[in-house]
Amino acid sequence: MQSIEPSRIQLMIDQFVNQDLYIHLEMTTGAYAAHLDSSKHPAANFITNAVIRYSHGGISGSGPYRVGLKMDRGWIYAEGLTHYEESESDRLIMAGHDNEGKLVVALQLSREPF
Amino acid sequence: MEQQVLVILPHPDDEAFGVSGTLAKLLHNGAKVTYACLTLGEMGRNMGIPPFASRVTLPAIRKKELEASCRAIGIQDLRILGFHDKMIEFEDQDALNASIDALLQELRPSLVITFYPGYSVHPDHDACGAAVIRSVGKLPRNERPVVHCVAFSKNCEEELGKPDVTVDVKDFLKQKMESMQAHKSQFQAAELLGRKKLNDQEIRRRFGTEGYWTYKFES
Repeated sequence: MQSIEPSRIQLMIDQFVNQDLYIHLEMTTGAYAAHLDSSKHPAANFITNAVIRYSHGGISGSGPYRVGLKMDRGWIYAEGLTHYEESESDRLIMAGHDNEGKLVVALQLSREPF
Repeated sequence: MEQQVLVILPHPDDEAFGVSGTLAKLLHNGAKVTYACLTLGEMGRNMGIPPFASRVTLPAIRKKELEASCRAIGIQDLRILGFHDKMIEFEDQDALNASIDALLQELRPSLVITFYPGYSVHPDHDACGAAVIRSVGKLPRNERPVVHCVAFSKNCEEELGKPDVTVDVKDFLKQKMESMQAHKSQFQAAELLGRKKLNDQEIRRRFGTEGYWTYKFES
């Protein structure tokens, strides 16, 4: 993966407007959070291959980045994104990694199921 | 001597820290070892530093790492059961047990190694151990293999006592270290060995024994 270049991400977001897309959206502290530090509260969620469609969207911030996608009846939001998969041209694969390199957040969009 | 050993763990790399030395030793002593890995660890958080894996590429990368780890240990029979990482506790229990039942029927192991349900920190570890205990527990008493459980929750020794089986794996640290290092995306040097490089003596002290609790079936 490569550090996010906001202009490239914005192009891909624009390219996916008004289409049915499969989404993977995830946030996690890791299952070991409380084992390693009892003051931590382990939490995680993910949704894979739900179908969404947005009318417009954008990336903002100076890194880590935020992405918001506006749907007919609601929003999709992710904060803390740091990396994207530069080799993917038909899918948008983004993730946020902490300072130990561990995934904290992921947002992925594709025309085909993941 | 064990003839056939069946190891059932949920994630690629679960074998590396806790049991790889024991498995190398069992193989050295002539046992056959089958490792059934329930998932590909596709929801893991470690992606390498700098990240070379993504959510999309991680399953294939971890499959290769798992195969490399098995080669390092000497395991020839690896079964990847194809369940979804993080979801073992929500999986259809009949389906999960059916796949474990089939392995027990096919291999008739004398020893099974898994996680101790309730004392293994990660929900997949606990659910994997619980499923194995259910499957083995359904067998008639005289057909049940011995089950050795790995546990590492903070309260495990308080509640279970010390492990009743301790395996000296100092002669198999080469295999064990190579097994850990095979999981390149998962174990960064800092996590594996601490901030400083360990010398041979420290490695032997830290990784030289592996402990298990023999599961006691109620009936």
